[in-house]
Order: sequence, then C-alpha cells, then structure tokens
Amino acid sequence: MRCFIGIDLGSTTTKAVVMDENLQILGRGITNSRSNYDTAAAVSKQEALIDTRLTLFRRALGGVPEVAGKVDDILSDLERNFRHVQFLEQLEDLQQTCIANIKGPRFAGREKTVIEALEGTFSRLRDSSAKQYAPGVKRKSDFFRDLAGAEFMSHGEAVCKEAGLGFDLILNVYDKSIIEVENRPPSGDMEGKFVRALEKGTMTGSSILAPVQSALAIPLEETYVVGTGYGRVRLPFPKEHIRSEILCHGLGAHMMYPETRTVLDIGGQDTKGIQVDPVGIVENFQMNDRCAAGCGRYLGYIADEMNMGLHELGPLAMKSNKQVRINSTCTVFAGAELRDRLALGEKREDILAGLHRAIILRAMSILSRAGGVKDQFTFTGGVAKNEAAVRELRKLIKENYGDVTINIDPDSIYTGALGGATFAVRAVVN
Amino acid sequence: MSKPEAVKEPSMDMQKAMIARNYEAITSKHETGRKVSNTFVPGNLNELLMCFDIVNNLPEINAIQAGMRKASGGYIMEAEKSGHSEDVCTYVKADIGQMSKGNIAPNGKPYPVPDVLMLSYTGCYTFMKWFELLREEYKCPTLMLHVPYEGDGHSTKNMRDYIVKQLKEVVIPGLEQVSGVKFDIDRLRQYLKNSAKAEDDLVWCLEQGKVKPSPIDAYFGGVYYIGPIFTAFRGTEDAVSYYEMLRKEVQGRIENHQGPMTPEGTYFNDQKYRLIVEGPPNWTNFREFWKMFYDEGAVVVASSYTKVGGLYDQGFRHDPDNPLESLADYCLGCYTNLNLPTRVDLLAKYVEEYEADGLLINSIKSCNSFSAGQLMIMKEVERRTGRPGAFIETDLVDPRYFSAANVKNRLESYFQMIEQKRRGGGSKTVAA
Ligand code: SF4
Repeated sequence: MRCFIGIDLGSTTTKAVVMDENLQILGRGITNSRSNYDTAAAVSKQEALIDTRLTLFRRALGGVPEVAGKVDDILSDLERNFRHVQFLEQLEDLQQTCIANIKGPRFAGREKTVIEALEGTFSRLRDSSAKQYAPGVKRKSDFFRDLAGAEFMSHGEAVCKEAGLGFDLILNVYDKSIIEVENRPPSGDMEGKFVRALEKGTMTGSSILAPVQSALAIPLEETYVVGTGYGRVRLPFPKEHIRSEILCHGLGAHMMYPETRTVLDIGGQDTKGIQVDPVGIVENFQMNDRCAAGCGRYLGYIADEMNMGLHELGPLAMKSNKQVRINSTCTVFAGAELRDRLALGEKREDILAGLHRAIILRAMSILSRAGGVKDQFTFTGGVAKNEAAVRELRKLIKENYGDVTINIDPDSIYTGALGGATFAVRAVVN
Repeated sequence: MSKPEAVKEPSMDMQKAMIARNYEAITSKHETGRKVSNTFVPGNLNELLMCFDIVNNLPEINAIQAGMRKASGGYIMEAEKSGHSEDVCTYVKADIGQMSKGNIAPNGKPYPVPDVLMLSYTGCYTFMKWFELLREEYKCPTLMLHVPYEGDGHSTKNMRDYIVKQLKEVVIPGLEQVSGVKFDIDRLRQYLKNSAKAEDDLVWCLEQGKVKPSPIDAYFGGVYYIGPIFTAFRGTEDAVSYYEMLRKEVQGRIENHQGPMTPEGTYFNDQKYRLIVEGPPNWTNFREFWKMFYDEGAVVVASSYTKVGGLYDQGFRHDPDNPLESLADYCLGCYTNLNLPTRVDLLAKYVEEYEADGLLINSIKSCNSFSAGQLMIMKEVERRTGRPGAFIETDLVDPRYFSAANVKNRLESYFQMIEQKRRGGGSKTVAA
C-alpha cells in the first residue's frame, strides 16, 4: 500500500507519522534527535512503520470473530515480543561492537579476560531481558540506550567482581560502543522480526496467524516523504520535500481539529502563534525573536537551576497558592532572579508558578501580534504537557478572549509530523 | 578561508570610486582647507552644502560602512561600555564607539572634526540627540533646520514657508559664516538641475520592478541604486552620469530578460515570489540576508527603504525654478516624516502596482522611527490587498541581533505560505 510519511526533526526529539492516501494516520514513531540527523530520521520513520504494521494487524484482526474483545491483548502481546526480538538484535550488535572496540594499550594482554567478562555480561543481559518484556511489565523507557544501560551496569559489575576485573575497563568499551550502535540505522528486516515475534508468542491459532500474516504481507511502499522541523535542512531530502514547521504545525493542527483557527506551539527553541483558515492554510504567524526566552529551553534551564527534572516543574507549580511575580523571561536573567527570590525566602512552588505565568504572558503577546485568539484554539508543543502552563494559558485566554474552545491533544507532539505527512499525501494525490 | 569577492557591475565600481573620492575629500580637509559638514541622509541639503564648497560627511553611512566591514560590533560594545543603552539606534552607537577607537574612515585616515553639524531633518528624534553628542565631542556649531511632521498626511504652504524662512534666516547665513563663501542662488539652481536629471533616471530604474522578471532587486540592489542620490552626490555631474549608466544596465537586462545580478555574479532570473519590503536592511550580514531571498526565488520589486531620502517615484523633483521651496518640499516628503496612514497607502499601492505577492516587514530592533507601528502597517496592508504579510526582526549594524536561523525560518515559512495560498492547498513542488 502507498504510505505517506512526515518527519519532524526537532531539537530534542524526532517524530514521524505514516498516513495512507485517505489521510488516515497509520502509525507514529518517535526517537531522540541525535547529532546524526540521518539516523534520527531513519529511526523515527521505522518506528512509525512498525506502528503502521500494528495498525494493519488490528484492522486484519477486526474481521476475525473468534478474537472479538481480545484484539488489544493480542496486539500488545505481539508488540511486546517484537520489541524483545528487536532488543535482542540490538544487544547482539552491541556485544559485537564492544568486542571490536577492545583495542589499544589499555587492554594489552588482557583482551581475552575482557572478552569473557563481556560475554558473561551480555549472556546475563539476554536472560534478564525476558523479564523486561514479560507480559504486564511496564518498561522504563522506549530507548535502547536506557534499557540496556541500566542492566549492563548491574550485570557487568557482578561479572567483573567475580572475575576479579576492574569494571571501568568494560564500562569504557561500553560507553564507546553504545553511541556507535545507537547511531546505526536499524536493520531493515522489520517483517522478519514480526515473524519471529509471532513464533515467540502464544498466538498459534490459525485464526490469528493467517490474518496477521496476510497483513504482514502487504508491502509498505514509501510513496512520498516530507521533512520539517529545525533540523529540516539536514534531512537527506531534496528541497521540494521540505516544508517549514510553521506550515506543518498549522496543517497538523487542522487535521486534528478541523475547526481550529489559532494555534500556539511552544517548542524547545521557539514559540509560534499561527492563524489557519478553514482548510488548514496558514494565514499569518508570529514567532519569538532571536532569543528562546519563554520556550522549552528556558524551562529546562530553570529545572537545572532548581536541581529538578523538567517534568517536575509543572506539578510543583500546581501546588502554589501565591504567585510570585517574575519579571524576566530572559534565560540569562531568570537564573539570577530565581536565586534572588529563593534568597528572599519565597517558596519554590510560588516562584515556579510565577515563572509559568511569565512564559505564558510572553506567548500571549506573540498570539496577539499574530492577530489574537480565535475559536477554536489549539495548544501544541512540549509545554502543552505542562499542567501549570496550561492552567495559566486557560486563565489568560479566558480573560482576554472569552470562551473559546481550547484543544490539547495527547498526541500533540506529532502535530508537525502529521502536517508533513498531510503535505506528502497532497503532493501526490491532489 | 576568505569569502569570495562580490561580483560587481560597472555602476557599482563607479559608485565605489565616487565614495572613495568623498572619503578622501573628508579626511584630507587639513591639506585642502575645505570645510566639512556632518549631516543625515533623510532630508539632507547636499546641493546647498555644495554651494559653499562644503564636503558632506554622513555618520549613518559611516555606520553602514562599519557594519558591512564587520567593525560595527566592536564599536557598539565600546559605546555601551561608555554608558549608551542597549536599545539605542545602533547607527549612533557605531558612530560614537568609532570615535573612541581612533575614528578611522574606510580609507584608513581619521575623520576630521567637522566644521558644522547640519541637522536638517527631525522625522527621527534620535538625530537630535545624536548631534547633541557630536557637538559635545567636537565643539562645533550646529545648524538646525526644523521640519514639521506631516501629522495629517500632507504638507501645507505654511510648513513650506516655515522651512524656507529658516533656510534664508538661519541655514544659509550659518553656512556662509562657516565657509566664508557667499551664497549664489544660480549655483544652487544648476545643482538642482543635475539632481532632477539624476532623479528622473533613478525613478525610471526603480519602476522597472514592474517588469517580469524584474531586472532589479529594489531592496538589496536598491540600496546601491540610491547610494549617490541620497548622500554626498546629489547635484553633482557624477551622479548624473552614474544614473545614466545605471539606467543603461537595467535597460540591458530588460532586453535580455534578465533579473538583477546577485553578489555571486549570477543573474537572478528564476523569480518565484515578488515582494514589497518595508524597513531598513541588516548590514552586518547583508550578503547572507540577500542570499536567503534569491536562494528561494524571492525578488523585491519595491521597497520603502529606497524612499528614506526622498519619494521621487511619487512625483517629487528638485526644482531649479523654485530652489528653496523645492528643498523644503524634499525635506517634508521623506519617508520617515510620513504618518502611518500615508505609509500604509504607499505600501498597499506598491503591492498592487508592482503585482507583488505580499508585504514583508524587516523590523529593526533599535530603530524606533521605522519600527513603531509596523505590525499595524502589515495588518492593514494585508487587509486592503488581500495578500499575506510577514514580519522578520533584525538590526541595522548590531551583529548580535541577526539570528540567521530565525530569519531564514520565517522567510521560508512566508514563501511557502504564499505558495500554499496560490495553490489553495498542498503542492507537489514549490516551483511556480
Ligand atoms: S531613523 Fe532609525 S536608523 Fe535612522 S537614525 Fe533614526 S533610529 Fe536610527
């Protein structure tokens, strides 16, 4: 079947959306943007294609009366097994890479011992991986690096201790190798992995196997890819396959909420206020100026200053009942102002509440410069996940523009990629 | 690695030689004994200064020169160190900072102390403060010609008389005193005749932006076209020949269906978007900025910045038969002296007449005179013409305020937005 793909290469994450020619979303994929843009694009695309397969399976199983009501379980089982197969494959790659990296004077004469230690570690890792992918277990992360890393630490230390070997030796090899593995585009044999996952699973019944296999046999043909986002110029696409993120966000928001007229996107690097017409065409936009003040990066900076995780800021700010007035949304000055306030004895939650307000006030100014807020209003971007920011936004929108519908989609992180995929469909189908 | 040299056309070489001669005249004042006046571009009285053999030195142009040579950043920091605020016009700070760094002109020689400051235009109040600072520094006389603001969109006889009166009673006697030369109105008439001739040719060139493909870029190319006429050359024979030459070049391009030449030496023929641009350009990254346009196929067919020193395309000419009155009219009609509705009218008219895709505003962080009201202008022009506007932000000569990625992002979005509107939806290729 013909697939249309949008890839949004953001400063921190890369997102991909796969669509069919009827503008139905088939799959979504995400990965962290690395220094290697090609890989980030390839990984996110593959993730979205995997998700597409799962959608196709779901469609196929939908017609099987015997599994009615059990499709979700079957699919999660299949995905779990698939991820496990994928994990083992990458683990194998990591092991080979580690072994290949045992070179240089540091290892002179000790190669054999180190290899044995590595083999021991990886063998335990393989065994314990089954637990990570057991039914009902919630995985801590979707990224190989996080999953493999934690386990490597614990098993590696144990193995080295038993062997009387310094752990830092294999840790050093690991550090070098994980980057290589991570930056290697995933191997393309997705169907094979699904077949192996099927074999691993419990779904032997032919009523399941046949439809899944026939869904697996549908070729996913990459018809047109559109790239967008800050890294778009680095994407390995010809120029006509690249669209500005402002247009992609506008169109993406329109696809999610066809009635939307105003879109606010607060991303890591910038804030955009966009007006779209009834068919999703951007009519006007305004952006923050050169500095990224008031964007996600600013929040990241605040989190660092306060020694907190980014995701903890919103919840803490929600606890405030007295907002401290923060004057500066300038990233450079905010740190000083923050320390000042803390020194004055203000509570952290109150300061944070003030900071969130400052960010949203800045966004409100961008919105008003773009022509104000019209019904319906859609809020996208990373900051849309922050409940304290959303609370302030709702308040200020109501004060300034009255009762407009405010849309926040849980999948809003995919807005740009969705717009890109829509452009891809339109490029070919229209 | 050094950047490749910009490719120049004959008229550019000629202009370069003219500018070099003027810098030589300024910096050799002690040898030649000629008097020097500092003055501003909008509303300058070049022909009048020439009547007294006074050499014209323009601090704004010096700041632009410093910006293009990448020296302005250091000067600005220097000025800030001595207490000038971050938000002040960076032409001022580049000028002031340059003083504390030896005040060296582009020819390597120091700028002399001016003999007079000729403050002939007040559409921008920064000018007054700027010359206050220079007067402090140089301890030289200041001649002020007060130009009433066209608050309701047009000038009156009263305003004109008021200016003529000042010319007669303050400016001319003042210049006579500084220079020791007696004023001769016939000399002025002769210079004004030259001005009008050059102005005719300039207007012809600028109006060729209506041709498709446009043989000129009326913003990036335009700032070169207006160079002589807005500075120390209006009224000279040199300016007359310069504009004759320019006109021939533009004519030649029209005959060959060629667009303007880019700094890379290629003709920009493949024009996809026609824009009207409002606001001064950025000088520190001038070529990079320009490239963002022609790389995407955007040509500027008319701009307001090429009118800062006179709206010749709206019919004004210096007039030898009414010399002082025409100087007055000239000062009154400079772009920055116009009220916002008049600017909106003009820009909307350009969008229509030049069949542009829309209005792009380059808002300058440190220029209040241009930047105030610009968003309103954009919205209003959008509303009237039905064509999309866009807004970018840079600075004149402060390199800290040029964010290439940010500007490029907005420009590309704007061009794609135009494209999308044309097609009423997604598009297969960007090419029109
Ligand atoms: S008009 Fe703008 S750029 Fe010119 S002197 Fe005034 S503030 Fe500076």
